[in-house]
Amino acid sequence: MTGKVKGNVNENYLNYVKTQEPPTKHFKNCAAAFGVGGLICCIGQFIRFMLEYAGLSGDELAGATSVILIFLGCFLTGLGVYDRIGRYAGAGSIVPITGFANSVTSPAIEFKTEGWIYGMAAKMFTVAGAIIVFGVFSGVLVGLVYYFI
Amino acid sequence: MGQEMLEIFLAFLKAFAVGGGICLIAQIIINFTDLTAGKILVYFMLAGVVLTAIGVYQPLVEFAGAGATVPISGFGYLLASGAMKGAEKGFFYAVTGSLSAASAGVTAAVVFAFIMALIFKSRTKRN
Repeated sequence: MTGKVKGNVNENYLNYVKTQEPPTKHFKNCAAAFGVGGLICCIGQFIRFMLEYAGLSGDELAGATSVILIFLGCFLTGLGVYDRIGRYAGAGSIVPITGFANSVTSPAIEFKTEGWIYGMAAKMFTVAGAIIVFGVFSGVLVGLVYYFI
Repeated sequence: MGQEMLEIFLAFLKAFAVGGGICLIAQIIINFTDLTAGKILVYFMLAGVVLTAIGVYQPLVEFAGAGATVPISGFGYLLASGAMKGAEKGFFYAVTGSLSAASAGVTAAVVFAFIMALIFKSRTKRN
């Protein structure tokens, strides 16, 4: 079989697959993402109000709020609940900070079987590592720009 | 009292609308481009850094509260605003400011993930 024919076969196959797969339900997806994402932010706002009532303020308030949300994200991931929410809500569960917690916890639990150092600890940062690398690098750039301007 | 209740209600409404809106943008991008979750997280975090650096994100945080700080772009906001605050104090703090500001989030994620890995076993995904 020559490369050209093979390419055609692949193309035909992909076109066939496209006709068979269910259409993406754009509206339903988007509504679920909006609703769940908004709801998680409301939970964050609620925690914020509670902590403010308890007497926290400023950086401490913001930090404590995200720590509690991250705990909830980690715990629900451990229970297996977060992945179920994720199947329904898509970006609504990925984008909030609880999704970040999920991306750290889920490989940590899953790769435990490959050992504690190269499994659990190393795989913990498959996604979070990328966020921290680009976050720190861009943060340093912003700091330097503001320092020299 | 009524005034106060209205303000609290408005705060929740704003958090819902802005936070939901950010997730909606991400969902639209996912629907039309097949970007994976990890890439979406990195791009939104970077968007938060850039928007903070040019001064757009700070007003959004003041307007929407948790609606702007809870999405991952709020993590970028934390990094960038930490760096900007540090830059006022000196060169050393300009470089270290971003990670210092984000230390609570990173520490919490690592510690809680470790604890969860101790407690829970990997489960077969029920589809």
